[in-house]
Amino acid sequence: MAVSAHGDPQPPDRLRLIGEEELIDLSIGCTVLAGGGGGDPRVGLMMGLHAIRQNGPVRLIELDDLNDDDLIVPGGMIGAPTVMVEKIPNGNESRLICEVLSKRLGSPIAALMPLEMGGLNGVLPVAWSATVGLPMIDGDLMGRAFPELQMCTPHLYGIPAWPGVVVDERAQSLLLEPMDNVWFEKLARNAVSTLGGCACAGIYPMTAKVARVPLIAGTVSAAVRIGAVIRGASDDPFKALDNEVELYPLVTGKVVDVERRTAGGFVRGSAVIEGIEHDRGRLVRIEFQNENLVALEDGEALATVPDIITLLDRHTARGIVTEQIRYGQRVVIAAFKSPIQWRSPEGLAVVGPRAFGYDIDYVPVEERHARVS
Amino acid sequence: MPGSVDLRVGIDVGGTNTDAVVLDVNDQLLAKYKTPTTPDLTSGIASALEAVLGQIDQPVERITHVMLGTTHATNAILERRDLLKVAVVRIGAPATMSIPPLMDWPDDLRAAISAGEIIVSGGSELTGEPLTPFGRDEMARFLESIADTVQSVAITGVFSPVNAEHEFEAEAVAHMVLGRDIPVSLSHGIGALGLLERENACVLNAALVGVARKVVDGLTGALARHGVDAVAFLTQNDGTLMGLDYVLRYPVLTIGSGPANSMRGAGYLTKMSDAIVIDVGGTSSDVGVLMNGFPRESTTPVDIGGVRTNFRMPDLVSIAIGGGTVVRADGDDVTVGPDSVGYRLPREALVFGGTTPTLSDAAVLSGRMTLGQPELAEPFRAGLARALEIADELVWSATDQIKTSRAAMPLVVVGGGSVILPDSIKGIAEILRPENYDVANAIGAAIASVSGQVDKVFKLGGRTREEVIEEAVSAAKDEAISAGADPAAVEIVELEEVPMAYLTEPVIRIRAKAAGPLGSF
Repeated sequence: MAVSAHGDPQPPDRLRLIGEEELIDLSIGCTVLAGGGGGDPRVGLMMGLHAIRQNGPVRLIELDDLNDDDLIVPGGMIGAPTVMVEKIPNGNESRLICEVLSKRLGSPIAALMPLEMGGLNGVLPVAWSATVGLPMIDGDLMGRAFPELQMCTPHLYGIPAWPGVVVDERAQSLLLEPMDNVWFEKLARNAVSTLGGCACAGIYPMTAKVARVPLIAGTVSAAVRIGAVIRGASDDPFKALDNEVELYPLVTGKVVDVERRTAGGFVRGSAVIEGIEHDRGRLVRIEFQNENLVALEDGEALATVPDIITLLDRHTARGIVTEQIRYGQRVVIAAFKSPIQWRSPEGLAVVGPRAFGYDIDYVPVEERHARVS
Repeated sequence: MPGSVDLRVGIDVGGTNTDAVVLDVNDQLLAKYKTPTTPDLTSGIASALEAVLGQIDQPVERITHVMLGTTHATNAILERRDLLKVAVVRIGAPATMSIPPLMDWPDDLRAAISAGEIIVSGGSELTGEPLTPFGRDEMARFLESIADTVQSVAITGVFSPVNAEHEFEAEAVAHMVLGRDIPVSLSHGIGALGLLERENACVLNAALVGVARKVVDGLTGALARHGVDAVAFLTQNDGTLMGLDYVLRYPVLTIGSGPANSMRGAGYLTKMSDAIVIDVGGTSSDVGVLMNGFPRESTTPVDIGGVRTNFRMPDLVSIAIGGGTVVRADGDDVTVGPDSVGYRLPREALVFGGTTPTLSDAAVLSGRMTLGQPELAEPFRAGLARALEIADELVWSATDQIKTSRAAMPLVVVGGGSVILPDSIKGIAEILRPENYDVANAIGAAIASVSGQVDKVFKLGGRTREEVIEEAVSAAKDEAISAGADPAAVEIVELEEVPMAYLTEPVIRIRAKAAGPLGSF
C-alpha cells in the first residue's frame, strides 16, 4: 500500500482532480511543507490557474494507475526563483521537455510529477500537466523542499538524474547525459546561468516500476488538504492543521531579528523569535540556507533537518518563506515529521544536520516535542 | 523679490476634511483652516484658499508656492471613475506568455481600463542583454487595431529596470501610430523588479492620466479665481513634491501622499527626523516610520483597489481606531469598531447627548481629554474602560509591528482623533504631541522638499563599486535639481545597495534618493 509523506495510510476518498480551488489550496500547503524555501509560489499559481482555465483541471493519479513500463518525468524550475518573477516562463516548457525526453527514450511520457513539494516547484508541475494534457503523480521526490538536485530520493537508490533536459522560454533545449549526478548539477548550474538565471528542467525520468522505490507518495493531495484546512479553518487553524498533519509547535513568538545574505546561489542567514503568550521569556533562533535547517534554544537543538521547520503566521497558520520574514511578525515555529525516506542513515547522510555542517545528531521531532494541545 | 520663496500654502484634500495652512519663509505657521471636503475640487480648494488668505491679511502676490495633496487618484480607482482606456503592451515574448496581462484584476476594473492587451517580442535579460529583438511591427499593428478606443498606453518590458531600451522604442511606436499627444507610461520609471506588479502599477498610472489632468486643472482654476500667481505642486507618496507636468506623467505616485504628508508634517512640528508617527482620524489610524526625515518605503507588494502593485509606497500599518470608533459592550464581551460614527461624532457620541458609545467617550471618562458632558457616558463606564484597553493594545501592536528593531523609538502623535491615545506605550521611548497636530498633513504638504530617485541594476563591467554608486548618486541629484530643488542644498537621503550574487557576472542594484528644499526660480 502506498504510504503518505508522513507515514499515515491514504484516506479512502482520494483527490482525483486539481482545479482552480485545489491549486490555490496546494499553493498554501506548499508554503507550509516548504520549510521556508522554494520561493513564493505565486508565479506558479498564476501560471497554473491560467493553464487550467485554458485546458481544464489536471488528473491526479497514483503509480498503481500506470503500467510498469509507463514513463514518468519529474520536473520543476531550477535557478533563482527571484529571476522567474521577472522573466516569467513561456508556458510551453513542459511540452518541449516531454518531446525531447520521449524522443531520447523512445517512449511517450505517461505522467509528470513534482520534484519537490514546497514553494514554487510544488505548484509549477500542475501548470505543466494542464498544458500538455498529462496526468500528474500524487507524490514527489523530496516530500518538502531542499536546495540541491541530489537531495532527491532517487539519488539514495542510485537512480540517475539523466537523461535530463533543461529548456528556456525561447524553446531552446539542452539534453544532459553526464557521467554522474554531481556532474549533472555542475552542467545544469552553468546552463542556467547562461540562459539568464532560471530555467525549467525535466530530470530523473523513470518508469512507473522504478519510481515505486523512491516515490514519496501522497504529498500533492496532502498539501492540498493542508491548504484547504488553513483556508477553511474558522477559529483555530493550528488545531485543524494538526488534525491533517502532525504539527509539533516549538514556540509561539515574535520575530525580533532577521539577517539574510545571498551567497553561492543560496539565501543564508538566521532569524530570532522571542516568545510571546505562554512562551514569554523564551528565545529561539532559526538558521536557514534557503530552507530552515535548525531551530536552536540555549544552544540546544529543538528540531533539525530533515524534519520540516516552518514559520507559520500566528493568526492564519500560513507558511512564511525565508525572503518574507520580517521584524515584528507574530509566528508559530512549527515542526513536521520528515518523510521516512530521509530518516535512514543513507538519507541523513544527504540531508541530515551534518550534511549542512551542523555537529548535531538527528533526533526525530516527535521524540522531543508534544503535538498541538 | 520676484522668483524667490515667500509665503507657501499647503492644502490637503482628504476623504473627510480639506485642510489648508500658510507658512512663511521661516516655516512659521501664519494661518490654518479645516473644512469638509466638497465633491467639486475647484470650489473646495478655492474656499480653503479664501479662508487662509483672509486670515493672513496679506496681498495675494506674496503667495509664491502652493502645494496640494489629494486622494483623487485612489478614489478614482476605488470608484472606477474618470479612468482612461489603456492599451496594455508587454514586451517579453516568448517569455511571460504563460500569464496574460491583468489576469488577476477585478473584472469591473479591467473592463473600465483595458482597451486591449498584447505581449510582443523583446525585453531584457537580468544581465541587460536582449531577450529577443523588439517586435515593433507587431506592436504597431496592435495599436492601429484599437486606435479608435485607446486614450493612453502602458508599456512594460521584461527586466526594464535593468535595460529600458525596448520600452523607449515602444514609446516611439506609440507616438508614431497614435500621435504626439497620446500619453505613454513606461514601467521602468514606475515600479521595481517583479514584472506583474510593475505592469499593474504602470497600467494604473496610464489610466490615471485623465484624473491628473482634472486635478491640475482644478488647482490652476482655483488659483486663477483668487488671482494667485504661484508655482504649484502636488505632493507624492514619498513626502516630496511633483511639478504639474510630472503629475501628468506619474499620477500613480500621488497614491499614498496623504499619510506621507502627515508623517512629514509630524516630523516638522517636533523637529524629529527619526520617529514612529501615528495619524489618528475619525475612523482609522495610519502608523508609519520617519527615517532621515522621510517616510520609510514598503518593501512588500501593495494592494490598490484589488490590484497588486510594487511601486514605492509609505510602509504603513492601518488600524480601525479613530475618535469616532464605535464601542459595543454586552456584559464582559466588549468590541471596538471597525465602524465609526465619523463626522457625526458631535451628534452621536454619549458626551454630546447621543446614543452611540465611542472611543472619544472612553477617552473623556478616563481623563485623556475634556469634551462635552462626561456624566452622560457614566452608565457605560465599565465597557468603555475595557474598550480603551483594547484600543491601546491595538495601537501598541501597530507601533511594534512597524519598528525594525527592538530599540525603543519616539512616537509622534498627530491627527484630529489623536487625543484618544494614552500617554505611554510599551516600547515607545517618548510620546510627542505637537501643537497644530490637527493640520499636520497640510503642513507636511507645505514644507515638502523636491526629490529625485534612481532604482536601477548596474553591471559593474570594468568599473569599481564606488564608481557605479557615484553614477547613481549624481543621477538622483540631477533629477532632484531638474525637478526644482536648490542645487546648493540637495543631498542624498537614501542609498541602498542590493547585491545579486546568484549571477556569474557581478551586478548590483542601487536605490538612491536625493532631496532638497525649493530653489529660486
